[in-house]
Amino acid sequence: MSAPVFDVAIIGGGTAGCAAALALRQRGMSVVLLEKGACGAMASGTNFGGVRRQGRDFREMPLATRSRAIWDRLPAIVGEDCEFRATGHIKLARDEAEMAELERYAREARDHGLELSVVGGNAVRALYPWLGPKVVGASLCADDGQANPRLVAPAFARAARAAGADIREFAKVEGARWTGSAFEVEAGPASAHARRLVNVAGLWGGEVAAWFGEGVPIRPLCPNMVVTEPLPYFIDRSIGVCGGNVYARQVERGNVIFGGGRGWGDAQAGLSRPRAEVARDAMARALEILPQLRDARIIRTWTGFDGEMPDDIPVIGPSLTTPGLVHAFGFSGHGFQLGPAMGEIVAELVADGRTPSPVEPFSIGRFASAPPAPRLT
Amino acid sequence: MAEPRVVVVGAGPAGMRACAALVEAGLRPVLVDEAARPGGRIYQQPPEGAGRPARELYGLEAAKATRIHALAPALAGRVDHRAETLAWNCFEDALDLLGPEGPSRLAFDALVLATGATDLALPFPGWTLPGAYALGGAQIALKTQGCAIGRRVAFLGAGPLLPLVACQYMEAGVDVAAVLDATPFLAKLRGLPRMLFAPATLAKGMLYVARLRRAGVPMFFDVRRPRAEGDGRVERLRFEAGGVEREVACDAIGASFGLRSETQLADLAGCRFEFDPRTRQHVPARDAAGRSSRRHVYVAGDGAGIGGADAAELAGERAALALLEDLGLSFDANRAAWLEGRLARLDVFRRGLEAAYPFPAHMVRDLDDATMLCRCEGIATGALREAATARGAIELNRAKAFTRVGMGRCQGRMCGRAAAEVLAVARGAELASAGRLRAQPPVKPIPMLPELLS
Repeated sequence: MSAPVFDVAIIGGGTAGCAAALALRQRGMSVVLLEKGACGAMASGTNFGGVRRQGRDFREMPLATRSRAIWDRLPAIVGEDCEFRATGHIKLARDEAEMAELERYAREARDHGLELSVVGGNAVRALYPWLGPKVVGASLCADDGQANPRLVAPAFARAARAAGADIREFAKVEGARWTGSAFEVEAGPASAHARRLVNVAGLWGGEVAAWFGEGVPIRPLCPNMVVTEPLPYFIDRSIGVCGGNVYARQVERGNVIFGGGRGWGDAQAGLSRPRAEVARDAMARALEILPQLRDARIIRTWTGFDGEMPDDIPVIGPSLTTPGLVHAFGFSGHGFQLGPAMGEIVAELVADGRTPSPVEPFSIGRFASAPPAPRLT
Repeated sequence: MAEPRVVVVGAGPAGMRACAALVEAGLRPVLVDEAARPGGRIYQQPPEGAGRPARELYGLEAAKATRIHALAPALAGRVDHRAETLAWNCFEDALDLLGPEGPSRLAFDALVLATGATDLALPFPGWTLPGAYALGGAQIALKTQGCAIGRRVAFLGAGPLLPLVACQYMEAGVDVAAVLDATPFLAKLRGLPRMLFAPATLAKGMLYVARLRRAGVPMFFDVRRPRAEGDGRVERLRFEAGGVEREVACDAIGASFGLRSETQLADLAGCRFEFDPRTRQHVPARDAAGRSSRRHVYVAGDGAGIGGADAAELAGERAALALLEDLGLSFDANRAAWLEGRLARLDVFRRGLEAAYPFPAHMVRDLDDATMLCRCEGIATGALREAATARGAIELNRAKAFTRVGMGRCQGRMCGRAAAEVLAVARGAELASAGRLRAQPPVKPIPMLPELLS
């Protein structure tokens, strides 16, 4: 008996991959997904959990707007809300230059359909009495929010599996090639053949692209994260700052999660570790904007692997060397919000060869002269 | 060559013996310990000047406790003792410390982890009521503060410490309501032949039981379905024994179902772990001398697998000799061989002890879905079972991600073992496959004070 040839093979079980598996099954295509560990255990599961459009590169805005609509519909799509709450997101200014930056961004954002409300010092004090004196202004995107990153990709994986996708976890892909009639994806006993191939391998997406002669200058990004013990609920918005050197949110359970700076990672060994001195700097910055954290205790720090592109926007779109191959990786530390829409967009690119979402700016062709990414493992 | 920087974490029997051997070799180790005074948990000392004699505090173990304590003045000036200091992180070749002097980073050329153990907590209805304590907590209240956890105390669990602590309480004048052993009496006989390898320890164990019997303390074996009940605090303990429903009135419970190793620092140090079927936990892999999988990192005592205080003393010294050998310093090879021989004998005894107190698997099977499993996060047993079955959490870290089990203040130190047992039973899988919660710094909560970490 010969092994079946799937319509689509997906490399990577992050939110984008799992959502793509579900969307492709809904289009009636047969799908196999190969994930080297557990679904959603890398960037999709270890990130901060921000679901925000504010602050994004405007080229990402149509994708982010499309994704935002899906976040509201998660219970219908995957059977649970993944703790998504539209708490709003405020971006803070800590001096006049940053205030000017908030105002400039808000003006330009309006042209991209994003309404922001920018307020100065006195209004900040009235609206958010828990913010520290260093904050001189805030820009609110009322429609943004936060969700539990540990739940999202696994929920999509379960929904995809229930819809008939063949989700293979702990199946590390060692290589992939076009044989002339199908893609051959090597993963030991989990190896598979498929007519189309999707590369949603996050940091490892560069290595997959290199198998098809496409070089991308992707680098590891390990956000350094910190969480306090549960505290009485007081932070009712998700928080960022100009420059991005600290960000914070409080979950309903009461823990305050904050991040800033980068941890240590050895992608080849698959090992990442938070750094104590980076956590310390993030604590200092968090205390400037949230002085009430002064009596809190830190119960855990962590990090994980994302892939970062030099221009800070992902690679999305068809391969330029290999028909039937679609890329979506390198979300550079802000892919969590985009994950649900990426599933639909990837499915459109695979099944229709095109998507109504404007993905041209994200073409892998922008790195045409880059050397192939090195092998990570 | 500059003198190597050797760090020992833990001032219990293993850490103290390791320090003594290192000092004897002419080194000046740094000893990091959370307590104010050496002794570890097993020989924990009261605050300076509290003045209760060792005989009263440690009973039949007084001589051993005194010998360990006496090492401190003998080593004074030759060990850099960092008391009241938490080693909360280990990364590459350095520890992050938090002590009375503030924070510091301590680089090492060689590291001995003698991090000890805690009680193995298994949940049962009412185990989170005020008045319900871990057995170790009950013992420490007595040893360091000279106070009891209640006026009329019931002891529940599985393990040789149960009659020991019950006896200590009785001799301190506390009314011991009952000693409820969740393992069968016949198991004691099965373990007997091997326990003869440490006859003195066996004799002491039997003496404790005899004293309790003579004093008329009710003792039950093969106790099933314990439930602590009361209005806002422990007032009684219900259970089944011999197929009969029983009840004892008490205002406090000391419970322990065995011991679990404190392994987070070894995990953060990057040591490879392996599953130990005897103690049903993942422990750092080590050779007979205590070498971990990581070069120049050694593990000794109960933190490296449960062996008891006597074995910990031998293992601490043996690990120190291995460290000396690996650094190219002179060491007593005959002594090392003798220590390994002694450890092998004690290991036979330990196997007998484990046969005498087998893991009470019925405690896990009988757990009802509503009983709290993770007390930091308030997660019930049923939520973990649902994650394990309906949501496909095949191992503990997935279960943690889905349910928050082990995600609270204790980071799973207290509930992780029970969670592994529940997960494995729910999935009908081997316990080893449930895995272990990955350690993340800090090992214990640290204050949100960046100046403390600068």
